[in-house]
Amino acid sequence: MLEVDVKNMRQEDIAALIREADGEPLTLKSCMGQRYIGCGMKNVNLTLTGTPGNALGAYLDGGTIRVKGNAQDAVADTMNNGKMYIDGSAGDALGYAMRGGKIFIHGNAGYRAGVHMKAYGDIQPVIVIGGTAGSFLGEYLAGGTIIVLGLNREKEPITGFFCGNGMYSGRIYLRTDEKPVGLSEKLLMRKIDDEEKKSVIAPYIEEFSKEFREDYKKCMDGTFIVIEPNPKNSYKELYAAVS
Amino acid sequence: MPREGEVRIPSGCAISGIFSRDRSLVNGSVIAKSISVMHERSNGLGGGFAGYGIYPQYKDHYAIHVFYDNLQSREETERFLDRHFDIINLSKIPTRPNPRIKDAPLIWRYFVTPLPHRLSDSHLDEDEYTARCMIRINNTIGGSFVFSCGKDMGVFKAVGYPEDVADFYRLEEYDGYAWTAHGRYPTNTPGWWGGAHPFALLDLSVVHNGEISSYDANRRAVEMYGYSCNLLTDTEVITYILDYLKRKQHLSLKECANVIASPFWSTIELKDDDEKERLSYLRKMFPSFLITGPFSILVGFNGGMMALNDRLKLRSLVAAEKGRKVYFASEEAAIRVIEPELDRIWAPRGGEPVIVTLDKEVRR
Repeated sequence: MLEVDVKNMRQEDIAALIREADGEPLTLKSCMGQRYIGCGMKNVNLTLTGTPGNALGAYLDGGTIRVKGNAQDAVADTMNNGKMYIDGSAGDALGYAMRGGKIFIHGNAGYRAGVHMKAYGDIQPVIVIGGTAGSFLGEYLAGGTIIVLGLNREKEPITGFFCGNGMYSGRIYLRTDEKPVGLSEKLLMRKIDDEEKKSVIAPYIEEFSKEFREDYKKCMDGTFIVIEPNPKNSYKELYAAVS
Repeated sequence: MPREGEVRIPSGCAISGIFSRDRSLVNGSVIAKSISVMHERSNGLGGGFAGYGIYPQYKDHYAIHVFYDNLQSREETERFLDRHFDIINLSKIPTRPNPRIKDAPLIWRYFVTPLPHRLSDSHLDEDEYTARCMIRINNTIGGSFVFSCGKDMGVFKAVGYPEDVADFYRLEEYDGYAWTAHGRYPTNTPGWWGGAHPFALLDLSVVHNGEISSYDANRRAVEMYGYSCNLLTDTEVITYILDYLKRKQHLSLKECANVIASPFWSTIELKDDDEKERLSYLRKMFPSFLITGPFSILVGFNGGMMALNDRLKLRSLVAAEKGRKVYFASEEAAIRVIEPELDRIWAPRGGEPVIVTLDKEVRR
């Protein structure tokens, strides 16, 4: 496996390295804030250490990116396909407008995770967050699945304010029995049964626990709630009357 | 060259801060290294630093840093300073030529103390006396701009990338227990020396990433209290609001944060009765000082530092600790580059200030 220390490299040169690897496993060590790593690429097999910069895996269109540490803001912006595993926390605006692929975050996600994520047919994007998520989780969600496990948290809530505000499709699963603070009346919240747990979220949680060496049973333990749009109380006239 | 307010340029910024709770000194080159990692957040139209504890030999004197457009403005300002202050020391601020720092004004530094009889005749305390004198220079003497006037602290700023600004001002020749830094990407204005961050009044300095949509409402409010916003840059108004709330209204920093980044009424509603009353009081008492729009700021002052995001957290901010040191930056990489192994790293929530102060044993 090819390993390169990229601490003092410019992002353009890192991109050239990745292109040169052409899908072969490549480890980029000691990243130091370089942006756009793997941006728009289709055929990557990257492992990163250090702290990669903003817009990591933006427009990612296939392959796998693993980060052994934290990621910064705007990870997987408009990601289309592929997988990302962050063995740490992610900053704000994770998976913004994501259209496909899967993201697994071992730790926490910042504000605005999964804003305006969307799905089409069997292209269903997924975000799994092991810790907690900040405010505006899944705001304007238009499709796909967000799962937050809230592992190892003490007093802090599993998510912040405005969870799912403006969402009109897709689902947000939270491993808690508490309603998110100030949940919009336009949304429905229900506890899921074992059947739904097993058929819908178990495969993703299994992948999460395997990747990050977490106890699968612990991750599945307890009540899960799901937040969905209320079909009887839609958003179509939220801002102005629509004729 | 067009000045602030005459041109609008679309788009980020970078901020970084270091604070030693035990007052251990950090060299200026360290903060320069931190901010330089975020090079791409700025565009070369402004960079600056504020250092605290950097003038121990003059710690009881106000350190006045001034930009002059020409010799005439310098002479006029020095006459004014002579009439109002005892000047203990004056010199050019040492700089070194840097090919990317151009059009430098004359940059002078004075260590002063108010003339006792003028001060007593004014019936003001020495901070207010000094602040009023500095505002007067900026308002009335053409071509003179006081950009730093605190005790045992100083601002160093210019048009350029922050790493070049650090080189220009020979920042490695200063050691301080606290530093803030800014890389500018002006959003509305062309960028000039006075418009670079930090903005400071007395020992309070602000670096800011963001854009204040309430600028004009805030400006009109704060100008009623004797301040004058003549830089047409939104960060200036934050500095004056904080000076007004902290120094004149004696609000605690947490209360200042609750005023400028007040929670939504819907959020206040969810609090317990005491907190609800406290937050409602602050919102109603100081409505004109609510700052809306995206911001992350670092506020430096003698003995402490505050980091604060707007309540919706529309700009990034990361905080970290290692031993008695506390770090803040727009991006984690800017902290890791100077301290790879951290005890704790976290993202403060929107509107929730992180306030750090010197340990009791080392306060002066």
